[in-house]
Amino acid sequence: MIWQIELIILMIVIVLAIGALAVKDLLSAAVLFGAYSFMMCLLWAIMGAVDVAFTEASVGAGVSTVLFVAAVFRTSRRTKD
Amino acid sequence: MKSIGAILTVFLGGLLIYCSMDFPPWGDPDSPANSHVSPYYIEHTLEDTSVPNIVTSVLADYRGYDTMFETIVIFTAGIACIFLLRMFKTVEPETRLYRHLPTGITLRIAKGGKFPDDSDHFKRIDSDWVPHDLILQTTCRMIIPFIQIFALYVIAHGHHSPGGGFQGGVIFGASIILFAIAFDLRSAIKRMGERLTAFLCALGVFIYAGVGLVCMLYGNNFLDYSALADIMGVDPISARSHGILMVEVGVGIVVMAVMVVLYYNLASAGKQDEGL
Repeated sequence: MIWQIELIILMIVIVLAIGALAVKDLLSAAVLFGAYSFMMCLLWAIMGAVDVAFTEASVGAGVSTVLFVAAVFRTSRRTKD
Repeated sequence: MKSIGAILTVFLGGLLIYCSMDFPPWGDPDSPANSHVSPYYIEHTLEDTSVPNIVTSVLADYRGYDTMFETIVIFTAGIACIFLLRMFKTVEPETRLYRHLPTGITLRIAKGGKFPDDSDHFKRIDSDWVPHDLILQTTCRMIIPFIQIFALYVIAHGHHSPGGGFQGGVIFGASIILFAIAFDLRSAIKRMGERLTAFLCALGVFIYAGVGLVCMLYGNNFLDYSALADIMGVDPISARSHGILMVEVGVGIVVMAVMVVLYYNLASAGKQDEGL
């Protein structure tokens, strides 16, 4: 394992997680959450859990982002708080 | 209210981090998981089940009961989505848009206006998403069969490489969602209807539980696939490998159908008429 890469990915994960919570636009939050899932997928792959990484890439980064976007499309793009 | 939420989050998060101090360090060879459980799987999986991918055999064979209820959780999610969102009363939309295919002119029909639905020259289009994307549709038409074949490969090859029912099912469902996005929701529903998806949701769970039940009928434990050896005419070890494939197919069907149900209902707000 190259610990520098791991550290960079971990920091990106934290930044994306805070960004997804803080951003006002829900569509941006959905996209940030997809990017977060993809970084988590890279972390799983680094840890050697390839099956989990595959699931995270297909479910987390793929389908759940589409479902979030569909939900935002049918509700509102702005958060109340 | 917001400050109470923040305090609660910090308190519970702190409690979780404090409790995680009691865990054995990551990768500790003396931790209970690494000293009793994992070595058994690593040493015995191949001779017990003849499956090279240990994760698949643990998921579907040693811990098959867990996976069955995971499948049922996904099934329940799909059913709950239908109950919460689906509007069974057909409400006629305010206006409908039709595109005249030879000229590209868009027609707007007010509520109550009559229009021939089966005309070859007019195509109903969504009111929110009108562009006619020839490149997108042609690309999707070409790429979707390959996505679906890859999904089937992922399900069938889960014994040897990363993959299995969950991942393959999600990829297969994503191919149908891609079709619904590239064309429109109505043409996707015409090809893969609501009744079919609901039936497939139940069929997958039925396959999984049915395999377990057949094992019980042959006098073994629930989901002990070595009982299938007599039916399939192979030795008990290969029978366990084939049993894993059967339940993976069941899981794949459930996951695929539930993803499609979730998308149909979310994208059309339960009306299943106009969607993303």
